[in-house]
Amino acid sequence: MRGLLWFSAFITVAILVLIVGYIFYKGFPLINFEFIFGDYSPTGGGGIWPMIVTTVYTIVISLVIATPIGILAAVYLQEYAKQGRLVRTIRFATESLTGIPSIIYGLFGAVFFVTTLKLGMSIIAASLTLTIIVLPVVIRTTEEALKTVPKAYREGSLALGTTKLQTLIKVILPSSMPGILSGIILSMGRIIGESAAIFLTAGTVAAMPASIFSSARTLTVHSYLVTQEAGDIQLAAAIGIVLIIIILILNFSATFISKKLNKADY
Amino acid sequence: MKQSEGTTKISVKDLDLFYGDKQALFNVSLDIQEKKVTALIGPSGCGKSTFLRTLNRMNDLIDGVKINGDIVIENEDIYKSNDVIKLRTKVGMVFQKPNLFPMSIYDNVAYGPRAQGIKSRKELNKIVEESLRGAAIWDEVKDRLKSSALGLSGGQQQRVCIARAIAMKPEVILMDEPTSALDPISTLKVEELIAQLKKDYTIVIVTHNMQQAARVSDKTAFFLSGEIIEYDVTNSVFSNPKDQRTEDYVTGRFG
Ligand SMILES: Nc1ncnc2c1ncn2[C@@H]1O[C@H](COP(=O)(O)OP(=O)(O)OP(=O)(O)O)[C@@H](O)[C@H]1O
Ligand SMILES: [Mg+2]
Repeated sequence: MRGLLWFSAFITVAILVLIVGYIFYKGFPLINFEFIFGDYSPTGGGGIWPMIVTTVYTIVISLVIATPIGILAAVYLQEYAKQGRLVRTIRFATESLTGIPSIIYGLFGAVFFVTTLKLGMSIIAASLTLTIIVLPVVIRTTEEALKTVPKAYREGSLALGTTKLQTLIKVILPSSMPGILSGIILSMGRIIGESAAIFLTAGTVAAMPASIFSSARTLTVHSYLVTQEAGDIQLAAAIGIVLIIIILILNFSATFISKKLNKADY
Repeated sequence: MKQSEGTTKISVKDLDLFYGDKQALFNVSLDIQEKKVTALIGPSGCGKSTFLRTLNRMNDLIDGVKINGDIVIENEDIYKSNDVIKLRTKVGMVFQKPNLFPMSIYDNVAYGPRAQGIKSRKELNKIVEESLRGAAIWDEVKDRLKSSALGLSGGQQQRVCIARAIAMKPEVILMDEPTSALDPISTLKVEELIAQLKKDYTIVIVTHNMQQAARVSDKTAFFLSGEIIEYDVTNSVFSNPKDQRTEDYVTGRFG
């Protein structure tokens, strides 16, 4: 049994090392200053800076919208709403939303944000679509985090003559910060990994976006297209490295921020 | 009554409490005296905590709780007034398990006063020091006020909980088995503290420990199945109980 457990763990790590190793082996020779910070050139060569900028735009815009809405919704469901049929239905709905394939969200975004709201193929249309994709993730993880706050904290705070809102802001939210943060990190992963929905809502224009209302191409979409159109595995791998580094930076900064917010909690 | 009675601080009359359809308190009446320690004893599930939590309306947090009867604290019926916040600043509470927040010791003690809108650093410093001194824990923590309260021992944490409660300058302090999670030495310290606190505060304490009730309290109420069976001067309850059931309980024959 122990051997089996060990073997499973080994396989998992080995696959991870293999994938990351392969990507680095393939892509690393391409990485240089010009590749990362250079403008894209359709004739070959050139850099991926426009895609990096587009990716960061989509992450920031979606999270700036999804995080507050998600946290407020979770707080309402968990702390304020009367636990009954309505709340159960909402929970069931958010859970189901997490399982829907993203191409469906993409189609919805293409119809609603791009066409009906006349946003056109644009970063903003893609970000709003991504907001809908990650909202259930933020709500679920925040709810779970709120649930783990010990009842003793709530009682301790309320017994000191504080209001429910004060208790929420001063004790409950800070104690659930690590959980909420992991939800945000999960969401970032989901946004970065998304291609289908973005493809359908932001388009594939491979140029520096003039504004968030421009059509543009994220790193993931770019990596898909260069493999698909040009069969350039090496370039795709180099983009993969940049994606991995962006994810690492975002995760570290999220963890760092949460540590800052929880100074006394060790 | 044999002993001279003090002033009544809390007067409970004909109190019934229901959790949904289930009645947990039956027609409870008792007067709690100012600046005395009142102990609530009785077997598990008899309603001691339930009763204690009616005094600062903590039962309001539980869905489906219904209450009949009156609880008057200084001429004010606390269930007729809607100012629960004011009530809870006046009636503090210490719980069974230390429940300090994951913040520094200082922030824990300053938590209540800050929620009341006190912002001045100087004033907060003063309140924190006075409260920690009042809870006989100042010397042990004065050099580490800024470090996490959760790094303290259980006994120290419980005394900081008491400090946190007295930082609100309450008139009454409710304690629900405050030493049941503590070792004997910490228990002794908390008991000594209670003896000191009663100079300034009215204290109501739930305890499973008969010796503790005998040591710290002036009056004792014996609860059984949601009713008060006997309420008298502690000495009488323990050495000269009037009801057979009280006698059985305090002599350890059941419970
Ligand atoms: N939230 C609740 N919902 C329903 N019933 C409850 C609730 N809390 C307590 N009760 C019931 O009320 C009765 C009194 O409980 P209470 O906790 O007041 O007893 P207690 O004397 O404090 O017991 P212990 O010594 O074990 O702490 C018990 O029968 C208990 O099951
Ligand atoms: Mg109890």
